[in-house]
Amino acid sequence: MIEFIEIIFTAGFWAATIRIACPLILATIGEVLCERAGVLNLGIEGIMSIGAMVGWMTVYLGADLYTGILAALVIGGIFGLLHAVFTVYLGASQHVTGIGITMLASSLGFFCFKLILPASTTPPKIKPFQPIDIPFLSELPFLGPAFFQHTPFTYLAILVVVFAFWLMNSTPLGLSIKMAGENPMALEAQGIDVFLVRTIAVVLGSALMAVGGAYLTLSAFDAFYFGMINGRGWIAIALVIFASWKPERALIGALLFAGLDAYQVRAQQLAGAIIPYQFFLMLPFLLSIVAMVIAAKRTRYPKALLIPFRRGERH
Amino acid sequence: MTALLKVEKITKKFGDFYANNKISFDVKTSEVLAILGENGAGKTTLMNILFGHYTPDTGNVYFEGNAIEFGNTSYAIKLGIGMVHQHFTLAENLTVLENIIIGRQSIFSLSLPKRHARTKILELSKKFGLAIDPDELVANLSVSEKQRIEILKTLFLDCKLLILDEPTAALTPQETDALFSTIRNMVKAGLSVILISHKLNEILAVSDRIIVLRNGSSVGETDTNSANREEIAEMIVGKKIDYPQKTKISRKSMILSLLDISYNKTDAPNLSAINLNLYGGQILGIAGVAGNGQTTLAKILSGHLKATRGKIIFEGAGNVLVSPKTFMDLGVAYIPEDRNSDGIVGDMEIWENAIMTEMDDRFFRNSLGIINRKASFDRSKELCETYDVRMQSIRQRSRLLSGGNVQKLLLGRWLMRKPKIIIACQPTRGLDEGAIASIQKLLLAAQRNGSAIVLISEDLDELLSMSDDIAVMYKGSLSNSIKTSTTDKLSIGLQMAGEGF
Amino acid sequence: MLKFRLEERTKSPYWLIILSPFIAILVAIILAGILIVLAGANPFESYYQLIIGAFGSKNSFAETLARATPIILTGLAASIAFKAKFWNIGAEGQLYFGALATTFFGTGLIVLPSTLMIPFLFVMGALAGGLLLLPLVLLKLYYKVDEVVTTLLLNFVVVLLVSYLLEGPWKDPMSLGWPQGKSVIDEGVLPQVLSKTRLHLGFIISVFLAFSVWFILSKTVIGYRIKSVGLNASAASHAGVPIFKTVLIVAILSGGMAGMAGVTETAGLKGYLTLDLSPGFGYAGIAVAMLANLNPIGVIFSGIFLASIYVGADAMSRAMNVPTYLADVIVALTVLCILLSLVFVHYRVLFFGAKKDD
Repeated sequence: MIEFIEIIFTAGFWAATIRIACPLILATIGEVLCERAGVLNLGIEGIMSIGAMVGWMTVYLGADLYTGILAALVIGGIFGLLHAVFTVYLGASQHVTGIGITMLASSLGFFCFKLILPASTTPPKIKPFQPIDIPFLSELPFLGPAFFQHTPFTYLAILVVVFAFWLMNSTPLGLSIKMAGENPMALEAQGIDVFLVRTIAVVLGSALMAVGGAYLTLSAFDAFYFGMINGRGWIAIALVIFASWKPERALIGALLFAGLDAYQVRAQQLAGAIIPYQFFLMLPFLLSIVAMVIAAKRTRYPKALLIPFRRGERH
Repeated sequence: MTALLKVEKITKKFGDFYANNKISFDVKTSEVLAILGENGAGKTTLMNILFGHYTPDTGNVYFEGNAIEFGNTSYAIKLGIGMVHQHFTLAENLTVLENIIIGRQSIFSLSLPKRHARTKILELSKKFGLAIDPDELVANLSVSEKQRIEILKTLFLDCKLLILDEPTAALTPQETDALFSTIRNMVKAGLSVILISHKLNEILAVSDRIIVLRNGSSVGETDTNSANREEIAEMIVGKKIDYPQKTKISRKSMILSLLDISYNKTDAPNLSAINLNLYGGQILGIAGVAGNGQTTLAKILSGHLKATRGKIIFEGAGNVLVSPKTFMDLGVAYIPEDRNSDGIVGDMEIWENAIMTEMDDRFFRNSLGIINRKASFDRSKELCETYDVRMQSIRQRSRLLSGGNVQKLLLGRWLMRKPKIIIACQPTRGLDEGAIASIQKLLLAAQRNGSAIVLISEDLDELLSMSDDIAVMYKGSLSNSIKTSTTDKLSIGLQMAGEGF
Repeated sequence: MLKFRLEERTKSPYWLIILSPFIAILVAIILAGILIVLAGANPFESYYQLIIGAFGSKNSFAETLARATPIILTGLAASIAFKAKFWNIGAEGQLYFGALATTFFGTGLIVLPSTLMIPFLFVMGALAGGLLLLPLVLLKLYYKVDEVVTTLLLNFVVVLLVSYLLEGPWKDPMSLGWPQGKSVIDEGVLPQVLSKTRLHLGFIISVFLAFSVWFILSKTVIGYRIKSVGLNASAASHAGVPIFKTVLIVAILSGGMAGMAGVTETAGLKGYLTLDLSPGFGYAGIAVAMLANLNPIGVIFSGIFLASIYVGADAMSRAMNVPTYLADVIVALTVLCILLSLVFVHYRVLFFGAKKDD
């Protein structure tokens, strides 16, 4: 049994935790931005998928890796804008719009992938981001390989958390987003365009989701294949609730979650003979449900979440 | 004196309905102008036009001589017009300070100058007597404290004209006095105030000039000094209202009593050790500032919440299963305070709403659960006729009904069941005088038929005129009830502020 | 700057209500046509191939109806749930649970004559689908755990469970290594309704169920309560409508419909359970329900429409070399266009510019 405990003391486990956490961190923060402004974005799964495809394809077609990230950012923003036009400006059902966006983004991504690479049976590969060693720190025993030998994309993801934290707590825009999700009338009364604030939040959030998808094809793996998001978007939505809509807690939630995931992969290698692998694969999904149940007691949803704001409506 | 604001022939239509019809007036510097009128007279629409929420169909408004741009709130703010809405526009998840400073910079600005703002807020609150802690979360504040933030918000913007929409609706008489002294301070400092209200007494106490609106049109204007109370009252309503007369009813046997009822969970305001007896033919008024537990009490009385401690005894029986259904069957009727979100299903037809409480009755359905439309339609028509619900057809969507008709439908739905107890929360709030009178008449008639009525209201005039006994709720406790004839507005107001608890 | 405002219509014109889904479909097809052009094919030719592929022969028509069968059922599942504003996005998992029940009971555990066996399997499938949803409904009612996320997440869990069973204990030893379940016994197999095609009794049953759901929703107390809970749960509760019970019934009905889709696929089309039993029928159901404006009778037609897109797209893809994912794109675009059309049915768009200085 001691092997099961030893897992935690390997640098590989911690490095994997961070690797698994990155796409979740980006996606969860993206969803936090949307929901904080009062817009549920169920397009997340599809937006991650098309972000993964576009990021990868950009690099495959000859651009560099950073351009790949930028391309994902843009395509995510475009789908975010589509979501915002429907839910913010037209006040359509956020649930159904989100599902529709997920269907559209993922099918469009697959369609384009097949269009550009019609015949490929084995997915082609690119040269993804390589780990860089942070001077001095990477040479530390254990801590070095665990935390300071990651790819630039990984450090970027962590920077996004810092950015989101700063945005939400120290800028007028962050304050406006929080108000738009709580009492949009209050924001309007202070002379701020609620539609604009919500749209910015959804576009920015969706762009981050797409970048989260691109992390998979540009940093964690080196190819794009169908179904590679595999529910990560839905897990991110559960994490948002678990994180009480706060970026810093989203980081902790994603790391906790990724840690359990990294642990199960390693435990699976030890126990694979006894417990079928499918049960290990179920764990992330079941854990997400459990996390939501745990969080349910203290959950305080943004009050205006799901409620369209209509300007000039009689009250 | 020069006119700070000049309004010229403002007209605003919603569909075929004239919310404002050619309204003109002006506001001078250092003046309190009162705009009086019933609910639905067009006051709020007018103010929303001034403040840039709505664009009028025709008409002009000049502020300090310049024509203002409509449909643009930030423009109104920039000019120096501030507005305190009847329903507060505050985000409860933010602090007082954050609520005040939002909107002062562009949303693309990179910093929030909190320190400077805090100093200014503290200065203003001292100058105008508006005590507040800038770093408190808004969710933790009382109604009158929230109103102070709203006023501070406008002062923070150096506003020259402050619009107050029904500012005293949820205040105790003492808090109202404090508000009026703030208003006087502001006028002394050179500001102008537009006060919108339907409470004549208050208007007479604080305003300099009065304008009366009715059905969207301006019907009169007078200086407060030379105003005649009765004349204004008639101007407001336009016709003589047949006010309900309370008759003396002999008290019948005890129907319900609460013994040491407490509620402490996080999902609703808490209650502590409430005792109460209710008799047939009695109207018990419950006063209190909103949020002190009245709604929790109403929900416990109607079976929507289960008390965490204590006993409810129905006609001597102490073991009642707590559920809305069992309470309904025992004869409890519950009129929730928000008739649109808790009372009526707006997108269902009138007949569907009319029989909603009767769905377990075999008269309206067969044993397979198939609805008997004929019986349902007949019942709905009967209901609408008996209780004077004015509509085009029972197949009409309910949300198209006016507030008064919705309330008559909801109340009528319960009265058809001959309830033993009626829990009425704010049953006349937001209705016009005619509808208020009809609702009050219906309640008094139910009392004569032997029903016990718990009347929960923030309107002290209504409580004093309707109730036999009055009790006050404060922070989850209920005072002993006393005979209405032995008390008055002021002493109830003191109790509402916590005296004696 | 040009601004606009949505004003609610007090009454939507009938022609607009009836025409709007068709306009939405048309717009979706035109938009997808742009993609066909990008793929280097002629859109008119491609759509012609699609229609031929879906309706061109007795065989293809039967195939379309066979494909419509599970989609109609998941569409009903979504319609019932969405009517009550219960966001069951888990039809995919419930479908597989129904298929698991069919395999468990239908492969020899119980043998009944055909006239009993088939109804028995449907009941078991419906129960399985409903039961899968039950814990999530209870979590929602007792702990306010958002059902959108839990139903979505459970889809993945169920598919993994099916994968485990098919690779492990339930694997058919005769299947030559493919992960598939044992064949449903002859008494349980849904008979063909059109000879020499794959169209089976399941289609008739799904149409019958659509009419039943319509009856329940529009004529009975249960339907009335579902409607009231969906439109304003708080008001319904204050009028004595039992919310808890109603939502529970919604979940059982909705999960049950999706579970029965698993039965038609396992006992009808394939005869045994496989891991690719459903290529997203659960999600397609959402599109079907939206397209039908949650009307159960409408679900029959929108289900057939969607099935024809899927079946036709295969043929079109072969003939025109356009990736089959076009079908999914069309479906997704249809959902979004329907949403758009609903906005215009219920609201009037008023444009107004900033006031001119004159």
